[in-house]
Amino acid sequence: MKVWALHLAVVAALFALQFVLPPYHATNLARIMVLAVFAMGYNIAFGYTGLLSLGHAVFFAAGMFGMGLPVWHLDWTALPALITGLAAGGLVAGAVGLLALRTAGVSFMIVTLMFAQAGYLLLLYFGAVTGGDEGFVVETSSRSVFGWNLSEDGPRYVAALTLFAAALLSCLWLVRSPFGRVMVAMRENEDRSRMLGYNPFRVKLIALVMSGLYAGAAGAVYGLLFGYVGATFATIQYSILPMLYVLLGGAGTVLGPLLGAAVVFYLIDITSAFTDAYFFVVGASLVALVLFAPKGILGTIRERVAAWLP
Amino acid sequence: MSFGPFLLLALLEGTVMAAVLALTAVGLSLVFGVMRVVNVAHGEFFMVGAVLAWFVTTYLPFPPALSWLVALIIAPLIVAAIAALADTLILKRLTYDPEATIVATIGILYMLQQAVLTLYGPDARPVPAPFEWRIQTPWFGYSGYKLFVVAASGAILTAVWLFMTRSRAGLVMRATQVDRDIARAFGINVDRVYAGTFALGAGLAAVAAVLIVPIQQAHYLMGHDPLLLSFVVVIIGGLGSIRGTLVAALVIGLSDGVISMFFSPTLAKILATLLVAMVLVFRPQGLFGAKA
Amino acid sequence: MAAVMETIALTRHFGGLRAVDGVDFRLTQGQIHALIGPNGAGKTTFVSLLSGRIPVQSGQILLEGKEITHLPAHARVHKGVAYTFQITSVYPRLSVFDNVALAAQSRSPKDVAAQVAEALAHVGLTGMEALLAGTLSYGHQRLLELAMGLALRPRVLILDEPTQGLAAGEIEGFKRLVRSLVPQTTVLLIEHNMELVMDLADQITVLNFGQILASGTPAQIHGNAAVQDAYLGGHHAAH
Repeated sequence: MKVWALHLAVVAALFALQFVLPPYHATNLARIMVLAVFAMGYNIAFGYTGLLSLGHAVFFAAGMFGMGLPVWHLDWTALPALITGLAAGGLVAGAVGLLALRTAGVSFMIVTLMFAQAGYLLLLYFGAVTGGDEGFVVETSSRSVFGWNLSEDGPRYVAALTLFAAALLSCLWLVRSPFGRVMVAMRENEDRSRMLGYNPFRVKLIALVMSGLYAGAAGAVYGLLFGYVGATFATIQYSILPMLYVLLGGAGTVLGPLLGAAVVFYLIDITSAFTDAYFFVVGASLVALVLFAPKGILGTIRERVAAWLP
Repeated sequence: MSFGPFLLLALLEGTVMAAVLALTAVGLSLVFGVMRVVNVAHGEFFMVGAVLAWFVTTYLPFPPALSWLVALIIAPLIVAAIAALADTLILKRLTYDPEATIVATIGILYMLQQAVLTLYGPDARPVPAPFEWRIQTPWFGYSGYKLFVVAASGAILTAVWLFMTRSRAGLVMRATQVDRDIARAFGINVDRVYAGTFALGAGLAAVAAVLIVPIQQAHYLMGHDPLLLSFVVVIIGGLGSIRGTLVAALVIGLSDGVISMFFSPTLAKILATLLVAMVLVFRPQGLFGAKA
Repeated sequence: MAAVMETIALTRHFGGLRAVDGVDFRLTQGQIHALIGPNGAGKTTFVSLLSGRIPVQSGQILLEGKEITHLPAHARVHKGVAYTFQITSVYPRLSVFDNVALAAQSRSPKDVAAQVAEALAHVGLTGMEALLAGTLSYGHQRLLELAMGLALRPRVLILDEPTQGLAAGEIEGFKRLVRSLVPQTTVLLIEHNMELVMDLADQITVLNFGQILASGTPAQIHGNAAVQDAYLGGHHAAH
């Protein structure tokens, strides 16, 4: 009860913020919420199931291009394109998982990194179809859902919040479900879980596909809300960012991805006022996190004061 | 130009590539072999080596050959010092946990890249070759410096091999590789061996960079390709196997040269990355390595 | 009586070491069957082959007459073969409830809470649901491990040195507990404590160098000269 109340309160607070915040910060927050959904997907794989992937950018990009390409080439409208984007994220995750999940640990990290890199290079190689280095703009005319024009500030914020709320509550439900318990068991001790009758490959594949669906949904919505689709979103950097969000916010906590995304976003936003050394901030926080706070903010809070935090 | 000479040119380019790649990859392989960690910042040590070479050759008032030679010594030493520092300050405190180390070296990667961008700028800058000398074949002229790069890489790799097999320090490194606890029990200072290995690995990447920079120009993002290809080579050669690494460097360097020339560099890289993934999935001991 | 589990010429070598070497073994329905033998006799390897943790090299494993030799471990659990680890292997960072629930929901997703309560009551850990498993005492962790095995409601429960590290008082409770499982469950027990084995087991099999040295009732094993020489001899006489 307390748990659902907390998470619904967070959603309500985010809804209320749009009436208070100046447009600049409202747009930022819309971006943060979509990126947080991406990070929630990463958290399902890494935080809950223990799959440390370095290739989630390819799932995000699959969602983005899965949405963008039909709109660009086939003049699809936004809603069916969003669904193909979501499906593309899940499909690519499933395909990568079928191969990558035969490995574990460091090998898994490198295999996912390589698949993501190959995905990025494929986007460049087939530049005629994908827009290559330049990417492409999603026309404003294709960016409306149920008559709402998502290129305007208000509807954009509501759309981002809708995605975020759906993702947050379904994630909360998932991790408290029996399957969520199995994912954690797999992270904690794979051999023991096998001897309780769970097929590790199957459990991890399902978790990775769900993770890919989140990433794909985030990618598709990101492209739609901000009107641009490009291969940059498939670079390694976009695999590192969700990892950073999750590590900072707290791996294996439901609200950690949102907190991590918000903190990193504003950390970069504020430091960029003084210096353009944004990558330095990312790098230094990664090092600091693994050294001094491997459990992240909410992970530490859960350990010290609020053990009930999911 | 007809097919034969074109292929010869592709093979020559591939050999140069293979030589430099072998140096870089042996550095990565040493670190993995002895310390059992993957250093994702390896490409940045390469890049810092190249950029330092630009600083040295630009600000030293010597003739090109001499200042380049100074760079060949100074740049790897500075890079090795940075690496040793990173090892002591960061990796050691993580007790070389494999996954945490990867995350930390990703952090180091970003920090080095940003530091160079801030201090050196976003431009690609040329470093003059120590000597200008062209070999004329009946079909095309070829840079003598590139052939020198191949010879120099061969010499340095031989030196590394002698160091590993004949010197006391090499013996200590190999002992630590086999079992760090036993090595410690025999009074080996494992911390120092690790710092030294990490420094040596980074230094080798820097040497490779100083060799290649007169051909390639120095740029703050240039570490990306060497990292990727070193990964490819080390994994295909069998993780931690120096001999496998050398064979794989030759194969990858040559095929990359040929595919890049006849098809496209992007296609070559796609094939290489997919090959790595498949090798790790289906043949984790590498294509050329014996079973661990 | 019917054999619930059977092996035919079961073999597994590690390099030159013949850990399990052509073992023909019969586990009778509803009995407590003890597997004994000196260290390195191949006991743990043998039960690992039965549970599927280690792949079989040659030979066959039958469960109620059906071959399961190459079935993966997790599938054997669903067929009714449960294994509890020699080294306590609960999930220390999960609650007691979650530990047992993982076993219960693996068998059937219905009424998980009731199944958990029943298994915990059976081993006497009622009331500890909310504690983290890692904070339990060693003896309680062994009981939790057993509760996880019970929640799977197995037909064959393999216990690998279950009393190792338990105090004398705890062993008495453990004996009562195992007795209460038969005849619904068949128990295969690896055990070093000879007094316990003689007291508890219906049937005993002695392994030595990967082969069956002798098999029979406690009285038969006790009187077996070969077993006396190889294993029991001086050790038992000292008591």
